[in-house]
Amino acid sequence: MRSTALNTKPDLRLSRRSFLALSAAVLAAALRPLHAWAGEWNKAAFDARNVNDALKSAGILNPAASADIVIKAPEIAENGAQVPVDILSKLPGTDTVYIFVDKNPQPFVGSFDFLNGAEAFISTRIKMGETSNLRVVVRAGGKHFVATREIKVTIGGCGA
Amino acid sequence: MAEPIRLRVKLEGDVAEVRVLIGHPMETGLRKDPKSGELVPLHFIKSVTATLNGKPVLAAQWSQAMSRNPYLQFRIKGAKADDEVGIEWVDNRGESNRARAKVPAAG
Repeated sequence: MRSTALNTKPDLRLSRRSFLALSAAVLAAALRPLHAWAGEWNKAAFDARNVNDALKSAGILNPAASADIVIKAPEIAENGAQVPVDILSKLPGTDTVYIFVDKNPQPFVGSFDFLNGAEAFISTRIKMGETSNLRVVVRAGGKHFVATREIKVTIGGCGA
Repeated sequence: MAEPIRLRVKLEGDVAEVRVLIGHPMETGLRKDPKSGELVPLHFIKSVTATLNGKPVLAAQWSQAMSRNPYLQFRIKGAKADDEVGIEWVDNRGESNRARAKVPAAG
């Protein structure tokens, strides 16, 4: 380390070793997925061609029917390309809501993880190819619960 | 260039009501182009994340069965005026977009 009468400031330059270590740390941070906390996109579940395979791939086994999952959706959807769905879970400790449409070519529509104070509520719009059961699964307290609702579709939304 | 995100936030008590409208075609891969008669390739948002002051509050994984120009409404408890809500999505082509909005005073 240099330290002369003219230059009494501590030497702030990084040693070669610590520079390399820092570079590696920065690189690792840059290469990490943008949101390490976000659930992985479950390819097997999304690719599944029937609802039982989709449920199994999503790790959902024998969910118990629950009246504490409140689904608001039309009985008859005229346009299958835009079916409005509201889901509210009153189950304590709800951390994920999963949406399935049994008769869609790929039944798993999506999952929503609630973190750090988000309420267990979503309102969204989904596509339905034909009249089908809408199946909402909730994970709460490490257990799975389910509620289903039949929605009649006048014009399918898969080619939309 | 990705289409814009419309992000609206309303504060009711300590709950921020967030409404998001994302411009995206959400192609299922099953739709035929009316002109060419050929199938339009699969193109859809795979993941959406929401934050409050940078802290994750919602993480969604989607299929192509979410509607075109996806709409999403959700609620964040423990929010207050001037907090910042962030939204970000990534699609199956690796395209992405993000938006931010301040939580307005309750009104």
